[in-house]
Amino acid sequence: MQEAIINRAKQLLADGTVNRVIGWKKGEFAYDITPAVFETAAEIDADFVYDEFTAANVSKYLIKESKKDGRILAFLKPCDTYSFNQLIKEHRIVRENVYIVGIPCDGKLDAEKIRQNGITGIRTVSNNNGILKIDTIYGEETMNFDEAVSERCSVCKSKKHVVYDELIGDDGEIADSGRFDMVEKLENMTAQERYDFWREQLSKCIRCNACRNVCPACTCEKCVFDNDNSGVANKAAADSFEENMFHIIRAFHVAGRCTDCGECSRVCPQNIPLHLLNRKFIKDINSLYGEYQAGADTDSRAPLTDYKESDCEPSVVHERGTE
Amino acid sequence: MQVNKNKEFEPVIVAFCCNWCSYAGADLSGTNRLNYPTNVKIIRVPCSCRVNPMFILRAFQRGADGVIICGCHPGDCHYTSGNYYARRRMTLLFSMLDFLGIERDRTRVEWVSAAEGAKFAATMNEFTESVKKLGPNRRLEDLRCRKQ
Repeated sequence: MQEAIINRAKQLLADGTVNRVIGWKKGEFAYDITPAVFETAAEIDADFVYDEFTAANVSKYLIKESKKDGRILAFLKPCDTYSFNQLIKEHRIVRENVYIVGIPCDGKLDAEKIRQNGITGIRTVSNNNGILKIDTIYGEETMNFDEAVSERCSVCKSKKHVVYDELIGDDGEIADSGRFDMVEKLENMTAQERYDFWREQLSKCIRCNACRNVCPACTCEKCVFDNDNSGVANKAAADSFEENMFHIIRAFHVAGRCTDCGECSRVCPQNIPLHLLNRKFIKDINSLYGEYQAGADTDSRAPLTDYKESDCEPSVVHERGTE
Repeated sequence: MQVNKNKEFEPVIVAFCCNWCSYAGADLSGTNRLNYPTNVKIIRVPCSCRVNPMFILRAFQRGADGVIICGCHPGDCHYTSGNYYARRRMTLLFSMLDFLGIERDRTRVEWVSAAEGAKFAATMNEFTESVKKLGPNRRLEDLRCRKQ
């Protein structure tokens, strides 16, 4: 797959269709692959990677890149295309300046899950029909792909590209993979249990703002959390209230626009399951206001900028079963 | 939050009232000499949809034990549709607070028109009572803001 992508990138650069390519390059380790912009075929040959650790969603970078001169080629995985579409809908990206090549994705690995399995010092990983061969500094190890795949990919919502100029490989299908199971499990707990769960998770937050910065839906030029007068401007949380507030507001500000790409949880250095907050909003929107998938199209109205006279009253929350 | 060892717990209630209806409703309940608890602190907003989720969290941070948003009845918004948007927003926000394990009875939305002075007083009495039963806000409080 990497070879096909590199070849196509070089072709499009050579025939002048695009001037730059946004893709990924290796970081310090095999598993910290980072987005990068390439301008020449030589740079692509030297650094471009696309493998099982290439998880970063590059659509947010296109806000800036699409406003520069010339066209940029972007490789988007199926879930990235939803983020891209949502940004088009919000008029954040200059569509003519972007050439999208859809690439298939079979799920990305989570290095943390491999480490939890007792495998450390990862050098390279290769996938052999569902069995991972992991070369570590201590020798070779094997692991099942399904055990090492990241949570968001194990409940992948769609392998279908919703926007592209061309595709490499075949387009997939939209799947129902039970992504709301964990949210449901939490909903069925008592209020005290839920509170304890979230205290344990959110108290790990170091307010690094990575979740905000990586989020393709968080694209305000000035963020409410950057307002010096807000009292919550960038600083470590000093009280449990601030942890709650930051995460409630962060999730609320992308409610109805979050495509559930799962980048927030991927980048969290403290491994807080932040996507659960977003999924809770998505689940509520689906059940209260009708099925809605952000980014699936570019013309429907977002649930929070729309209303029906027959909408439920906020008291539905109070009338729910468990306390 | 006011706790006096000799007295029972008196909650602080913040009520966001729409200028065009509930605020006038509160006024009407006053001119009609209807009682509602002094725990209720009214903040006038131009429309219920002016209430940003941050306002509600901020109220809890600064010592509120309950927050109620009062607006025009659906269909009667002075700005045609503001309360419809507020309704969706608040539903989602309350659901999220509930998801985080924060007592759901600390928040409420009530539609009160300018003619419903009696309803305003009754709502405030009832809401204050229910928050009083819950006790002080502990799950969404900021200890730095707690009054000694």
